[in-house]
Amino acid sequence: MMTTAPGLVPSNAVPFVNGDVRRAIGRSQRIDIVFAAGGLFALIIAFGLLFTLLADLATDGLGRIDYDFLTDFPSRRPAGAGMLSAWVGTSLVMLVTAVLAMPLGVAAGLYLEEYAPKNWVTALIEINVSNLAGVPSIVYGLLALGFFVYGLGLGQSILVAGMVLALLILPVVIVATREAVRSIPREMKEGAYALGAEEWQVMWHYILPFARPGILTGAIIGLSRAIGEAAPLITIGALAFIAFLPPVPFTGDPPAGLFDWLMSDFTVMPIQMFNWISRPQAGFHINAAATGVLLMAMTLAMNAVAILIRFRLRRHSRT
Amino acid sequence: MEIHEAVGLGPTRQAWTVAPGYLAKRRALDRVMRVALFFPAALSVFVTTAIVFILVSESWGFFAKVPLIEFLTDTQWTPVFAQPRFGILPLLTATFWTTGIALAVALPLGALLMIYLSEYASKAVRETVKPVLELLAGVPTVVYGYFALLFLTPLLQTLIPELGGLNLLVPGIVLGIMILPTVVSISEDAMRAVPASLREGGYALGMTRWQVALRVVVPGALSGIIAAYLLGMSRAIGETMVLAIAAGQNPNLTANPLEGAATITAYIVQMSLGDLPHGSLEYQSIFAVGLALFVITLLFNVAGFFLQRRFREAY
Amino acid sequence: MNNPLPIAALLLTTAASINTVWAETVQVDGSSTVFPISEAYAEEFQKQTRIKVTVGLSGTGGGFKKFCRGDIDVTGASRPIRDVEMKLCTENKVEFIELPVAVDGLANVVHPSNTWASCMTVEELKKIWEPAAQGKITNWKQVRSSFPDAPLKLFGAGTDSGTYDYYTFAINGKEHESRGDYSATEDDNVTVQGVANDKNALGFMGLAYVEENRGKLKTVAIKQADGKCVQPTIETAQNATYQPLTRPLFMYVNKKSLDKPEVQKYADFMMTAKNGTKLVREVGYVPLPAKAFELGKKKVAARKTGTYFEGGSKVGVKIEDLLKAN
Repeated sequence: MMTTAPGLVPSNAVPFVNGDVRRAIGRSQRIDIVFAAGGLFALIIAFGLLFTLLADLATDGLGRIDYDFLTDFPSRRPAGAGMLSAWVGTSLVMLVTAVLAMPLGVAAGLYLEEYAPKNWVTALIEINVSNLAGVPSIVYGLLALGFFVYGLGLGQSILVAGMVLALLILPVVIVATREAVRSIPREMKEGAYALGAEEWQVMWHYILPFARPGILTGAIIGLSRAIGEAAPLITIGALAFIAFLPPVPFTGDPPAGLFDWLMSDFTVMPIQMFNWISRPQAGFHINAAATGVLLMAMTLAMNAVAILIRFRLRRHSRT
Repeated sequence: MEIHEAVGLGPTRQAWTVAPGYLAKRRALDRVMRVALFFPAALSVFVTTAIVFILVSESWGFFAKVPLIEFLTDTQWTPVFAQPRFGILPLLTATFWTTGIALAVALPLGALLMIYLSEYASKAVRETVKPVLELLAGVPTVVYGYFALLFLTPLLQTLIPELGGLNLLVPGIVLGIMILPTVVSISEDAMRAVPASLREGGYALGMTRWQVALRVVVPGALSGIIAAYLLGMSRAIGETMVLAIAAGQNPNLTANPLEGAATITAYIVQMSLGDLPHGSLEYQSIFAVGLALFVITLLFNVAGFFLQRRFREAY
Repeated sequence: MNNPLPIAALLLTTAASINTVWAETVQVDGSSTVFPISEAYAEEFQKQTRIKVTVGLSGTGGGFKKFCRGDIDVTGASRPIRDVEMKLCTENKVEFIELPVAVDGLANVVHPSNTWASCMTVEELKKIWEPAAQGKITNWKQVRSSFPDAPLKLFGAGTDSGTYDYYTFAINGKEHESRGDYSATEDDNVTVQGVANDKNALGFMGLAYVEENRGKLKTVAIKQADGKCVQPTIETAQNATYQPLTRPLFMYVNKKSLDKPEVQKYADFMMTAKNGTKLVREVGYVPLPAKAFELGKKKVAARKTGTYFEGGSKVGVKIEDLLKAN
């Protein structure tokens, strides 16, 4: 019998360590496989749903898409109805939304993450941001109707549409920015401060470039959401039938100003879809499916650009 | 001026010095930016104030005519009828059911996805999956609504014969998938922020990937994950078109998700875009239910905020 | 930020030119039921005169709100203007000219394999749809003893829609009075689908949807006062033999807007019988008789304002009365 110091395992216990540990490791590895399988399963569900949705849309609508469909204005006849005013409207509204939401969202996210003191005001703002994500989109529409359309007198214009959608996606951009900034290793920031940099310098030269990929994620998700919204835009007065385009700058008689298109009447693709799908004629349902396909294509294009940028940035800046 | 112009050897050439005014200018810029960045952040407060203002001012007229007790406890919501009843419970239960089902879908699927993407998947897989997930976010809500109604419901009806044409189950599932991109993307960013050294420590101790994921990474990223889910849940509560289309317009107090029922948001859409006169009591009721929804979302967000704070880790 | 002058100049010129862009647009909004008619008019009018017309989709309520604020020139409505809306118009000094443009028939539909419900009476429909029926009338046999013992599945428009409004008014005798336990939807296509997939279903919807789905559904004839069973078709709705489920659809025109030549032209265009009968029929609604359009044109010329309905619906309105009375 060996005397053992407290804490030491007697040598005749070695077989116990071997067998049980092996079993434990084996079990862990099996669970590992289960997790991996679970992850793949989740992937399949998400992909599968997206695929079925796109296939469903495409089988109904893909055949309808031709040059005429893209260049015709809406019409009472399904075969003659096209999406010109809709996709032009969507593109312009998305432009305004991005220009408004990105700077505001990133600025707010940066402030909350880097500058804000840990007091009740900041807590209030944080709760606010998250809460705003839960406001139904149509309430934003009603708000915009009262304050922007009537209050500021901006009318039912592309500008107001961009403003209401920017407000709608602001929470996503802010939260994504915050998470992106938070993911920056502390050592990098502390190194910069140690060299005597001011907070704004650190932010501009170190934090922002590093956080750009994550910020872009937020932008992508936000803009993808915005491109598909119909209800708030209908509320602020987006049209369902408009057979002319916003004025191109410097054309027409008298020549249109650089920003006249901002104040123009407009329609967007989701509204066109919403309108067509509730009409009795089957031809309009096909048009709606075709619009859906085009909308997804536009979203994909928008995402692809942003993803490309994000990929490039990630390659250069990831540790 | 750039830093290489500002800093140079001083007149004695024995020590470095900084050009006069450079530091002051930099500090001034910092102060300006601090203030400048405050305003967009405060914008969210302005927006909330505006929303609360519009909700409360219109609800005021409503609650002058409909007692709060009736609003909160009555079991029927029939504002348009000749004998109107204004009990919010049917709308509330429908909202809770759909949000609950959405979370029941998004929590496990989201967790599996985010763990898989951040711990298991190779870079190539991750960089292809993320864009596809983000594409899911880009599907118009109208499309989701009709997809739920015209494709998923008939499909599920073959499995569950009692499933009504308009029901709460299918829009709930679709809602869960809708919030998946938000939840996974932001959570995954949070998870990747956990330093590699912590993970490697776990692996060094002999942990497998799932153990590292569950015991090291997730606790470390928990506050970010909670933020992501909070955002997703808020979105699910506030979603309008999917529910208006696939769950129906019929206020129905039910514990059965196989039936159709109007949610708060579906009701708001119905009234705003419908044929009812604006300015009537029925119209004001949409602000009353909107206010109720706002309060509920706020309570969840406050709770979530404190939860987040508890788990906030700094590296 | 080098030289702010060019930018300032740019902003000034754009600000100055903004007002001159949209001088000539006729702005229309209103009900989604009337929208196809407005769209048809707008499209043809724009083709013929090159004057721009825009049509919104805010709903009857939203349309009236904008109309009574003076924001739009014409609003389409699937019901007459209500008291609270007339008050808003008076407050904003907006006077309106009420013009019927079409008739919409409301049809009861059943599954094609439904052999029993081919002709029903208003009393039987009332038994099914009245408020007291909620939770109680759930079987076809309860409606008429000769009907089979099968569950009764109901579909229809939501309680906010003009379709629902008129249906309850015509069948139950009072607006906004019906049972609440039916599958309600904004989109009549959903009702079509619901009824087409359920042997025991009964639904109501606008005639335009019935016409497009003749193969999928069967319509129920209504027994009239003289005992004849009348099917809902465009013809029976037009000659008013299908009662009580026909209702007029309206355009309300802002009297002050008529001072603008483009709006005057548009109103005349709408009320020209040749245009009206062709376009309304094309989109699936029942056009008014040519005489009615003429009367409408005269009403516009005479700028006769006010409503025939004193804020509520009326069943069985003759279009000529509507146009002559005020």
